Amino acid sequence: MDDGSERNQGHVRRLWGLRMSNPMRIRAQENQGIVDVKILIRHDMESGLRKGEDGVLVPAWYIHTLKVETQGAEVFNAQFGPAVSRDPFVNFRYQGAKGDKLFVTWMDTKNDSRRDEVIVS
Amino acid sequence: MDHQRREVMRFATVFGLMASIGLIAPAQAEEWSRAAFAEKSLDEVFRVIGVNGADTSSALTFTAPEIAENGAVVPVMVSSSLRAEQIAILVEKNPNPLAAQFFFTARTEPFVAARIKMAETSRVYALVKAEGKWMMAVKEIKVTLGGCGG
Repeated sequence: MDDGSERNQGHVRRLWGLRMSNPMRIRAQENQGIVDVKILIRHDMESGLRKGEDGVLVPAWYIHTLKVETQGAEVFNAQFGPAVSRDPFVNFRYQGAKGDKLFVTWMDTKNDSRRDEVIVS
Repeated sequence: MDHQRREVMRFATVFGLMASIGLIAPAQAEEWSRAAFAEKSLDEVFRVIGVNGADTSSALTFTAPEIAENGAVVPVMVSSSLRAEQIAILVEKNPNPLAAQFFFTARTEPFVAARIKMAETSRVYALVKAEGKWMMAVKEIKVTLGGCGG
């Protein structure tokens, strides 16, 4: 609600069929063999229960899967329902090292997806 | 040509059968469980994700605010002193209780933090599957402003 303008921008872009998702903000830092990974995704996460300004329910549209892979193996797999907050934030930790290349992928209920990568520092 | 097609179909059938009885692991370990997220009661979610009894445990730490001023953004954190295979977060009074679930590998630390929406004041369940057994922690979170609209 606080930045409704952004929400509308996304809406307009999607109307035009330019499925441009924003890059994720990912921070991955190693400390004593444990990599702390913080992921922030820009996504409306429409639950399907919210009414728009016209009083009509906004259809459900949310990220359902978020996975993180490194060296060809999955280290984290999250499944979301509509009750994950807008602009999802997730924090997890795995046993890894500086220099690991992480591939982070999300998929949503409109089969939109996005993959970003980050090197562990 | 016809013969080739029959061969292909035969292989397809065999592979299909093997996949259905679990001889071939699916390419992705965990596909999104649409059914689990669609269930409308705690018991139904427990059944779908395979929880048959979960005890409260001191091995589990569940951190969440007692009062959430904004139900649209409720930070939750779950960790365990035992290696976790799976963690699930359920909000009893949401239209669909299962908010999120997380699958871990042997390399993943038993810890996760996320933000969820709560429609109203409710008990929130954190479930952790470790060594094949489920344990849980429950917290009542008061919601001042419902987050159904999110």
